[in-house]
Amino acid sequence: MTTAEILGQDPGWIILVKGVFVFLIAVLATLMAIWAERRIVARMQMRIGPNRVGPQGLLQSLSDGVKLALKEDLIPAAADKIVFIIAPIISATTCFMSFAVIPMSGPVSLFGHKTAMQMTDLPVGVLYVLAIASVGVYGIILAGWSSGSTYPLLGGLRSSAQVISYEVAMGLSLVAVFIYAGSMSTSEIVAAQQKWWYSIVLFPSFVIYAISMVGETNRAPFDLAEAEGELVGGFHTEYSSLKFALFFLAEYVNIVAVSALATTLFLGGYHALPGLTFTESWLGGWFTIVWFFAKVIFFFFIFVWLRGTLPRLRYDQFMKFGWKVLIPASLFWILIVATMRVMSLRGTSRGGVLGFAVGIVLVVLIGSFAYDSAKKRSELVPEAQIPEPSFPVPAIPTSNGPSAQSEVSHG
Amino acid sequence: MISLALEVGKTAAPEAAMFWILAPFAVIAALGMLLVKKAVHSAILMAWVMITLAIFYIAQGALFLGIVQVVVYTGAVMMLFLFILMLVGVDSADSLKETIKGLRPIAILAFIGFGGLLVSLIGRATLGHQIVGLDSANANGNVPALAELLFSKYVWAFEVVSALLITAALGAMVLAHNHRVHQRPTQRDLSILRFRTGSLAETAGLANPGVYALHNAVDVPALLPDGSAAPTSISAMLEARGDVIDSSPFQLGQAEESEGEDK
Repeated sequence: MTTAEILGQDPGWIILVKGVFVFLIAVLATLMAIWAERRIVARMQMRIGPNRVGPQGLLQSLSDGVKLALKEDLIPAAADKIVFIIAPIISATTCFMSFAVIPMSGPVSLFGHKTAMQMTDLPVGVLYVLAIASVGVYGIILAGWSSGSTYPLLGGLRSSAQVISYEVAMGLSLVAVFIYAGSMSTSEIVAAQQKWWYSIVLFPSFVIYAISMVGETNRAPFDLAEAEGELVGGFHTEYSSLKFALFFLAEYVNIVAVSALATTLFLGGYHALPGLTFTESWLGGWFTIVWFFAKVIFFFFIFVWLRGTLPRLRYDQFMKFGWKVLIPASLFWILIVATMRVMSLRGTSRGGVLGFAVGIVLVVLIGSFAYDSAKKRSELVPEAQIPEPSFPVPAIPTSNGPSAQSEVSHG
Repeated sequence: MISLALEVGKTAAPEAAMFWILAPFAVIAALGMLLVKKAVHSAILMAWVMITLAIFYIAQGALFLGIVQVVVYTGAVMMLFLFILMLVGVDSADSLKETIKGLRPIAILAFIGFGGLLVSLIGRATLGHQIVGLDSANANGNVPALAELLFSKYVWAFEVVSALLITAALGAMVLAHNHRVHQRPTQRDLSILRFRTGSLAETAGLANPGVYALHNAVDVPALLPDGSAAPTSISAMLEARGDVIDSSPFQLGQAEESEGEDK
């Protein structure tokens, strides 16, 4: 019996219970995630991190949340009031919705009823997650606009451009998974990974997804939307109290959501590590949920690790990387995957498909070597004098100051 | 129309309930889109209408269409609209002046044409037909059925539309692109330039303005070790305007005396 069939027999109250469960998991995960992030980043920076409230500082986020809620709620005079209030609500509601299609466990028994920890199963489940993410951007961009101030507007524009660009790369990286799984339903994709995880079979897709999910959630090193050195706080500069808390919540729930999607699509979802499949039947199947969350936590750790390690990218570098590297690379990869898939479906021998794959890899390698050596040769040629930069700089009134040349050279 | 109304009466109870709850919202939002003053509010209401329509599609069995409507129209097209509206400005009112001659008649013609097309399409699809719903078309699943139609019966139309879209995108890029007269120096170029010209003392960047811990405004030059002001630490523009304050009163050791001074 497939997961979709099992879920089709759920009575209303089971769906309600699962909804509450998903909500609780997301909120609890946020509280834990903030604490874990602060502790891990602190350790990476040779500090201790929050350790005062509760054992090991575990209750720190809770007390911060209470403090945040009790702060004064300001609405700037220049703000567009209705949109200013709606924006954080959009952010905070959409971030929970993508959990509805994430399969968190295999078939289990809940209050004596056979079901699976997944609220619903859509034939286009993964596209649904993308759709929800694209509605979530409205929260950020409307927050930026409605604040009636420059930095939030710039932050909002940046982040929407960023999320739209990286959504393209993300969507393209998922195509290979769809081709191999033959389905866009999350539960069927997990089922198709019983033998081989797609992070191994479709490694390039996995890499592209992993990069674009960081871009999609506006996290370091891609947190240009709230680059504090350039934009104060970005889109949420003018927000305070509970409204700010909602953005805060949305950011962390989104991280958990994209990690959960990555787990589902590339790390075999709730399946155990290869060789440990006997654990899947422990506790009547409930143990699979442990595997699922272990993988999500793994991704979350990578998020924190990136934040603790990498400096922020410049905006133009970031966009160039998305459009000129990630998207063409994933298009190229989809072509290869589709060709291999058609070859194997048409009955080409395994050797033929492998030969094709090895041939492509060789062509790419030779091409990159040729490119590198051509580049090196051009570097040996003495560089032409760099043309004097000609910025449209307004004329400087008197000649007392440093010359325009030195001003530009330090630009 | 009568058969349509009958069909609505026959829909399943949950679907009908959903329709009667969401439809008024959709209609009110659609009307509001035309009536509100600010362009951004219009855009938000438009997005809301699109999302409600997507929910209707999903309820009627067109799952893929509903989701794609949200991803493409709400998520990308409407977002770009918002993007432009925001850059144009919060309070800018629509100008009623024609910048391109004859735009109005063309717009009216296009409106009538599209309206006629819509009416004839919807009429042809509904009038005089028995409405069967999507269930039989979805027998093998919504997505496979759609893919089969798109890539067999309608493959020509599909390819033509995609060619049209690519042409439009390329056209927009060509129209919006402008060539730089000079190549913009990259960070690397600037860095090389810094080493080749000027003194090595400034290769790591210029000194910040201000006297550490005593005065950090941009109009106070930094002090060099010998106590003289560092001319490169403030903007040439400020110096030219004469907006520079002498930093010698803030020297260490003289701070106590300078406390009462007006800066």
